[in-house]
Amino acid sequence: MLHGYAASLLDGAWLTFQVAVLSLVLALTLGLAGASAKLSKLRLLRAPAVAYTTIVRGIPDLVMMLLVFYGGQMLINIATDALEWDYVDVNPFVAGVATLGFIFGAYFTETFRGAFLAVPAGQLEAGAAYGMSRWQIFSRILFPQMLRHALPGLGNNWQVMQKSTALVSIIGLSDITWLADQAGRSTHQPFLFYAVVCAFYLAMTALSSVVFNHLERRYSVGVRRSAA
Amino acid sequence: MIEWSVITDSLPQYASGLWLTAQLTVLSLAAGLMMAIPLSVMRISRKRLVAGPVWAFTYFFRGTPMLVQLLLIYYGLGQFEWIQGQWQADNTFWLIFREPYGCALVTFTLNTCAYTTEILAGALRTTPHGEIEAAQACGMSRVTMLRRILIPGALRRALPAYSNEAIFMLHGTAIASTVTLMDLTGAARNAYSQHFAPFEAFIFAGLLYLTLTFALVGLFRLAERRYLAHLQPRKAIKGPTT
Repeated sequence: MLHGYAASLLDGAWLTFQVAVLSLVLALTLGLAGASAKLSKLRLLRAPAVAYTTIVRGIPDLVMMLLVFYGGQMLINIATDALEWDYVDVNPFVAGVATLGFIFGAYFTETFRGAFLAVPAGQLEAGAAYGMSRWQIFSRILFPQMLRHALPGLGNNWQVMQKSTALVSIIGLSDITWLADQAGRSTHQPFLFYAVVCAFYLAMTALSSVVFNHLERRYSVGVRRSAA
Repeated sequence: MIEWSVITDSLPQYASGLWLTAQLTVLSLAAGLMMAIPLSVMRISRKRLVAGPVWAFTYFFRGTPMLVQLLLIYYGLGQFEWIQGQWQADNTFWLIFREPYGCALVTFTLNTCAYTTEILAGALRTTPHGEIEAAQACGMSRVTMLRRILIPGALRRALPAYSNEAIFMLHGTAIASTVTLMDLTGAARNAYSQHFAPFEAFIFAGLLYLTLTFALVGLFRLAERRYLAHLQPRKAIKGPTT
């Protein structure tokens, strides 16, 4: 099937999936940290978070990825030279995941920030009035409520993020797009192989929207929907 | 530490790259918006035969990476002998798909058109019932109602979401550099490969993109102030009041 390239494409699909999921984990972590920093009373925490979200969201992801990949290599070269270690190659997988996580962390920061602000202050006060500790208020009231407000935004960002994973092919990671490119060149049927890549991404985004719809329903239990 | 010569040597390439990036962004946004207006009206149609194909179009372009779409069009179309035949016959329309510039412009236009269609369709669906009833009460035909009430109102409501789409498009054009086009990112990649100075090459390009982004945000803020004036907080009345 597919001139013997089916297995190779499947490997690429698995790699793309890994890149997407790992960058999602990194981006969620950075997003939560960024949102906490942005909502902090300390200016020392707020200022860098504001700079982070403004700069990252103002620059194309491809430029950022090239900067991290080539710039990271240069920094490592300088470090290994100074320490007189052997030459170390920047792993495109690590560079890809790091860049995607870093970029989308900025978008998740904004999503989480909005969601935290959407939780009514009265509920937090009620928690305090019950004598809950700060951690109890966070884990029982603020976090679950915040998640409900954040889910639609998280879903949107995740959809954009999955599609951005195709960029890792440009820094030489053998993801599905890169492998399809190779297969297309050697069989002279590039259209066929890129169409397979499209089908893979469509399947992944369709599956994600099913999962997110389910999650949104689960987290909106007990919330009345507007009639419209 | 900064090698300024990396930037100054490549300044002409950065300038022409900036121009190409601006061109690709503005042209694809304009063409995409023009196509999205009729498509969004079809998208909200109750007739399946009308809404279905538009749904499929937006589903495909919003569900796949723009990079893959570009590669599919630029490298993929040459696979078909029929299209190669059209190229040999100097068919002006199909020759667009042999040039990287044409392919990039077509891909970006179709991509932004798909997103804009969904944004506008959402805005059309949220038209207040009262506006439609009033238009019907005035005896407007469906076409007149679309032209005078539905589309202008939807365009206004879509403005905030559309400004995000425009910024995504500006950033999306960076992938033009993967099909040999010398846009801003292409100029930066070129400067990098000549001097092996990634920080200077890419951070300078990043700053230029940041400037373009802020310019775009500013333009949309002006547009919102003009077209969404009725939603702005009321200004305090200055001067003596009677």
